[in-house]
Amino acid sequence: MDVLDLTRLQFAVVTIYHYFFVPLSISLAATAAGLQIAWLRTKRDDYLNLTKFVGKLLIVTFAVGVVTGLVQEFQFGLGWSAFAKFYGDVFGPTLAIEGMLAFFLEATFLALWYFGWGRLPRAIHTACIAIVAVGTMLSAFIILAGNSFMQNPVAYVLDPVTGRARLTSFTELMLNKVNLAAFPHTLSGAIMVGGALLLALGVWRLAADPAYKILARLGAWLTLAGGALTALTGDHLGKVITEVQPMKMAAAEALYQTTTGAPFAVFATGKPLPEFELEIPWLLSILAKGSPTATVQGIDDLQAQYAAQFGPGSYVPMIPVAFWSFRLMIGAGMLAAAVAAYYLWRTRKSRNAPRWLTRWLPLIPLLPAAANTFGWIFTETARQPWIAFGISKVADGISPGLTSNEVIASLAGFTVVYGVLAVVWFRLIRHLSRQPLAPTPAAADTPEPAPVY
Amino acid sequence: MITFWFSVVVLAWVLFFVLEGFDFGVGLLGPLLGRDDHERGAAVRTIGPFWDGNEVWLVGAIGVTFAAFPAWYSSLLSGLYLPMVVLLLLLAVRGVALEFRGKGDGERYRRRADWALGLSSLGIVLVWGALLAVFAHGLAIGADGDVTGGGFARTLGPVFTPAAGFGALAALYAALMLGATFLSLRTSGPLRHRARTLARWLGILGSGALLAVGIGTGSPAVLVAAVLSFGASMLARLGREALAFTATAAGVAAAVVAVFTTHGSVVLRSTLDPAWSLTRESAAATPQALELITWAGAFILPGVIAYQAFSYWVFRRRVASERVPS
Repeated sequence: MDVLDLTRLQFAVVTIYHYFFVPLSISLAATAAGLQIAWLRTKRDDYLNLTKFVGKLLIVTFAVGVVTGLVQEFQFGLGWSAFAKFYGDVFGPTLAIEGMLAFFLEATFLALWYFGWGRLPRAIHTACIAIVAVGTMLSAFIILAGNSFMQNPVAYVLDPVTGRARLTSFTELMLNKVNLAAFPHTLSGAIMVGGALLLALGVWRLAADPAYKILARLGAWLTLAGGALTALTGDHLGKVITEVQPMKMAAAEALYQTTTGAPFAVFATGKPLPEFELEIPWLLSILAKGSPTATVQGIDDLQAQYAAQFGPGSYVPMIPVAFWSFRLMIGAGMLAAAVAAYYLWRTRKSRNAPRWLTRWLPLIPLLPAAANTFGWIFTETARQPWIAFGISKVADGISPGLTSNEVIASLAGFTVVYGVLAVVWFRLIRHLSRQPLAPTPAAADTPEPAPVY
Repeated sequence: MITFWFSVVVLAWVLFFVLEGFDFGVGLLGPLLGRDDHERGAAVRTIGPFWDGNEVWLVGAIGVTFAAFPAWYSSLLSGLYLPMVVLLLLLAVRGVALEFRGKGDGERYRRRADWALGLSSLGIVLVWGALLAVFAHGLAIGADGDVTGGGFARTLGPVFTPAAGFGALAALYAALMLGATFLSLRTSGPLRHRARTLARWLGILGSGALLAVGIGTGSPAVLVAAVLSFGASMLARLGREALAFTATAAGVAAAVVAVFTTHGSVVLRSTLDPAWSLTRESAAATPQALELITWAGAFILPGVIAYQAFSYWVFRRRVASERVPS
């Protein structure tokens, strides 16, 4: 692997890792806010206990998200300084505004909320966690606008002197149609993975405390609702992407010839893929354009078109990666939603779920987490060779002077430290879940001046 | 406009180094000054609600630099690739150690978290000190604005110089002083007492060392630092904890301002040829981008400072390090 591949790999590793914690933080913050509001309205103790429990999960997860998010902000300068210069004018303000507007909000108000039990009036205290929840979504929206620019550059002109992108309208940048489609899709994916975690922990701990039943069913509902929303928003996003990056959708289907009434292959064998396919007729045309008879452009035609437009070179992404990541994303997401629905059905009217189900359910967060990851792998790799579609290539973005050895060293460092963090995070979540939900009276009366931090 | 945004960048760095400086200091000192689990917990507790908000000033500083001076951001980070990666990894360990400390089980677990916190804080302070010295000294920037050289030495070389070593020591001293004065201000009981004693002696020793360096190099800035150190030490002795902390913080703020303004309008000096240095003008973003962030910044930043101040006010009570008998 040369330095370019290594730097790409590093970006992929730290970004995918970061993205395990981001959607969890988004959904846990919203869940904690929802539970606390429910407690305020009903004054039920179990809601309060669950709020505090979800709060602990949130703060532990958020911490990992923060420290790995910091790496993200530095990455553009560390490994991709040429790209940072090229689109600094567009992405710099985006990142700065995200930091100033959302990140400060989240960090400060999460601490106010977590440490503020009993110190702040209830309404203000509840507002704190609501602000955190809004802040996480704001963060996601602004950052996705930065990514959407790379998918579908808008609101810029190329400076004739420096050749760099210059921002023309921030509003237009934020309201990029890809962002408007990607944000709800991302958010629904986040709801799924957070819901699945609550479902898993709830089921796992059900025997210890019946209050966990609320958590398990809430988690299952969130997974199911998130799944439905992910499907709806994903359908819309697919259509937008077909419009702005037809190559991406053609690669997702490994569709070489431009086809009218194109089918959707559930799976395919073969080297550059199709050889044997299990097809659902017309489905691709419906997914891409919303009509069974619509024409979907094929890879070969697009390649010829791009070569004429942008000059010689390959404009075809890695077909098997695109094909399989797209299917695994959909498959893992649908399976998770189906399992959640099945759980809800089996536990309706306070019935008990069968043993085999409760034994395997704790693994369910892996499904939506995998779906999120495959989604990002798909959306980022199937944009290749572009870093910003149509205007800048990945190979032109790397920091000049960076060497393979440097990247190998840093990649090793990230791998080791991130690996340890993941293990510690997992153990801590397990440990926190083993604590009794309701505070024991003895602990509540201890005259310690402050809880141990 | 460019000057305004340069001031905002410097302000963000000042806030980062002062605010996160004291929590680095507490991270370093907590495990040393706290004699038992409870006292160490109290030390960590003093920064618990704040450290994350403080660290966001680093996000702010880097983000604003990226927005207002993209070329500066690019050269600085790609030219200091390996030290920056080390810094990020240490920051990751530290943040997690802080946040996870009180949530695991058992004293052994917390002891390990304390070790991770102390060592990572130490490493971070040393690396930052060296990096600040590099910021002031400049990098081997070539004609195209990128740092020249090859191999590990390209990005590691700059932080292994005598000047960087001095910077690292100075930063360690500053962080210890900030940590000690902050702990004495924010705790009660034995921890407060020990932190105050430490601030007194450290301030005296430090001002002596700074005086010697100041006379040796004839640098008025170092002499001012010596006076502030002495002042902080005296104030700690008199029990004026808030003022002692303020004096230390002022010293750190002045040092950071000095680092960023050493070369006037040059933001990153080229050690090869002055003509290749990055200036405020050459590194700045386009006027449109600057105008945009000015609007955003004018609305957002005062709010940020207000609600962060609110959070310090909410958690203004001292943390007791003595055991309350039940």
